[in-house]
Amino acid sequence: MSSSEPAVEHALDTSFFQRWLTAAAESVHREAARLTDLDSAIGDADHGTNMQRGFAAVAEALEKEPPGSPGAALILAGRQLISKVGGASGPLYGTLLRRAGKALGDAAEVTPQQLADALRAGVDAVAQLGGAAPGDKTMLDALLPAVEALGGDTASFTAAGEAADKGALATVPMLARKGRASYLGERSVGHQDPGATSSALIVTALAEAVR
Amino acid sequence: MTEGGITEDSGEKLVGVVVVSHSGEVAESVARLATALAGGGTAPVRAAGGTPDGGFGTSEELIREAAYAVDQGAGVAILVDLGSAVLTVKALLAEEDELPEGSRLVDAPLVEGAVAAVVTASTGADVDTVAGAAAEAYDYRKV
Repeated sequence: MSSSEPAVEHALDTSFFQRWLTAAAESVHREAARLTDLDSAIGDADHGTNMQRGFAAVAEALEKEPPGSPGAALILAGRQLISKVGGASGPLYGTLLRRAGKALGDAAEVTPQQLADALRAGVDAVAQLGGAAPGDKTMLDALLPAVEALGGDTASFTAAGEAADKGALATVPMLARKGRASYLGERSVGHQDPGATSSALIVTALAEAVR
Repeated sequence: MTEGGITEDSGEKLVGVVVVSHSGEVAESVARLATALAGGGTAPVRAAGGTPDGGFGTSEELIREAAYAVDQGAGVAILVDLGSAVLTVKALLAEEDELPEGSRLVDAPLVEGAVAAVVTASTGADVDTVAGAAAEAYDYRKV
């Protein structure tokens, strides 16, 4: 960590992470019908409902047992998603947040760069777990450009949200190579991937949490 | 699905088998079928199917409960159907402290693999042998 940078100005404390995850939960709630619509085109029409249930559990858990550090907040959220979502996105998002949380350790505050590095580790873990590559029409197509755009200041959060949105949109012409949508082959082309779409919602919520 | 006669003090620890499916009924049936085809079986078998509220899906909680219930200290062979069942078990294994020591995700077809796993586990074989026997079910062509 460079000491020339006024770390205090951009320090992210536990309440930042609570705001981020709560904003993500609200966004998923707002967009649930759209996520399910996208999933009914190429999946099993449950992504919105699943994500809504998972993130509602995250918001509730954050309120009931307030975490003591940024890392603990992400681990708590990841655990809720794995146990409550009930679809493949549960273990994938759960792994993303839990791995990122473990990377942050028990520091009371972290820098944007540390968050960026932790999320990169989380996204790598998702890639390993799901075995997908960029261009396979999965959440990675939104998450990878997002973590590329993340950097040393909170202004990069906005850029990451935009990169994730662009990545999600870019899944439309792709042929699905992973998950249930891959059974559709060519028929998966022309639809936006629901997982990439929900990934973009979660990344976009980062900038909303900045004060 | 654990049958009576598990003899804690016989010194023989058997590999446990967990059957994971998106459907509670499928998981229960496969677990019962495997036990029956294993001749009543002695290896502990548990189903972890569907969500806790009885819906279709995968439950980390049910999988963890089942794995600890069948764990005798010799490892646990976990058979899965598809999609989120595979990913959930992989995610649990990747976290290291979530499942009993010696837990393995078995790469095998669910029904045939479960039968092979329970038969093999009931002989007192170790977890690698049980996993290997289940995986061999892929090589058994039907046509």
